[in-house]
Amino acid sequence: MGGRDTDIVLLDENGIRSDGRKVNETRKVSIKAGVLKNANGSAYIEFGDNKILVGVYGPRDVHPKHMSDTNTGIIRCRYHMTPFSVGERKNPAPSRREIEISKVIKEALEPAVMLKQFPRTAVDVYMEVLQADGGTRCAALTGASVALADAGIPMRDLVAGCAAGKAADTIILDVNNEEDQAGQADLPIGYMPNLEKITLLQLDGILTSDEYKKCLEIGIDGCKQVYEIQKKALQDKYFTTGGNNND
Amino acid sequence: MNSEKNRHVIPGEVIVSGNYRSEQNTFMIGEKIISSIIGLSDIRDGGVRVIPLTGGYIPKDDDLVIGKITSHSAMSWQVNINSCYDGMLPASDVFGRDFSSHSDDLASKLANGDLIVARIVNADMTRDPLLTISGRELGKIDSGELIQISPSKVPRLIGKRGSMIQMIEHATNANVTIGQNGLLVISCEDSNGLIKAINAVELIEEQAHVANLTDKVNEMLESKSD
Repeated sequence: MGGRDTDIVLLDENGIRSDGRKVNETRKVSIKAGVLKNANGSAYIEFGDNKILVGVYGPRDVHPKHMSDTNTGIIRCRYHMTPFSVGERKNPAPSRREIEISKVIKEALEPAVMLKQFPRTAVDVYMEVLQADGGTRCAALTGASVALADAGIPMRDLVAGCAAGKAADTIILDVNNEEDQAGQADLPIGYMPNLEKITLLQLDGILTSDEYKKCLEIGIDGCKQVYEIQKKALQDKYFTTGGNNND
Repeated sequence: MNSEKNRHVIPGEVIVSGNYRSEQNTFMIGEKIISSIIGLSDIRDGGVRVIPLTGGYIPKDDDLVIGKITSHSAMSWQVNINSCYDGMLPASDVFGRDFSSHSDDLASKLANGDLIVARIVNADMTRDPLLTISGRELGKIDSGELIQISPSKVPRLIGKRGSMIQMIEHATNANVTIGQNGLLVISCEDSNGLIKAINAVELIEEQAHVANLTDKVNEMLESKSD
């Protein structure tokens, strides 16, 4: 963070970013629901150059038994980066960073999933990052909520994830890897669009309070754009295969 | 999207707002009734529910289920009811009140692997759902074809007030026992009727989301009557 001494031009004089986007534009997002046969629910998401596969199991028995809760179900998340997801081979063992991201994604999904309906059970969410390009936690969160809905687990709302940030002294939407490395701040947001509630908010870097407000505003706007794609992914799987328009 | 009454909804989508009752798979925030699941909304008599298009079986009181005995202790059988919770069938339900764990052998009545039709007596989730096999049409299954479908498609198979399943039964002379947990047993004296009934069930499972399914099934049932 804060590395201003790079020679990459993050923003040119026309307000175009290093990958050709405008400041308030997200990368191309595409989601496909139900891609895995053996998982109860699944999703594959491409968020720019991020490629993430998510599988959901459950509700199912909790093992080890001592983790189960008699009052509510529990949700367990595993965010993992494959060794080939980054330029230099990544050690497949869970790193400090992956453990943290697993935890924040779990906490970002918990308010959305109605776990009280399934006491003594667990919902397991496995996220495999096949290719990483900055903003994987938001992408993984977005994919995970589609996979949960695909598994038929009752939810209050889908959770959409998108980051905002600051690079070249400008507030930008959906920070990519270069902007994350060389930029000044990164603000990942998890947002439930129908309930208008934030479930994930982290900030890496320094923002003034005005900048923060602007970041949050365009970040939420980004989440709403991502939500439309989530919605479409579920509609494509469940509603477009015949049926809908022939009554 | 279809008419206001029957719409495809996803979690978080507002189905309707105003003076309605929130039923299955929905919840309320203020006046808004919101779906918690992917499915078809159904508004009837002021109540709003969503018929799920995906998801596993969650035991409910009074549900008829088909289960498989997996093990037994001195006092009860464990029954796999195709859910995240195992069913529990107490020995006293089969042996009567004077059941004694010394003199009565549970395995003599129901062995591991036996299939039963049972009703859920109590499913409050604090403990495993309690089953009973005393009642009409309940008990051990001796014959028939066991078929598994997705539990979310059971309402479609039954149809409005049982219309779909009655149609299949009439056309094939088969007897179909449907467990709410997605397991069903079809028995039929005529092997052609059995095959036809199985095909009809498979068609419904495959095309549960399609409208006018009743007509399609009817067409299929009538087509190869020779």
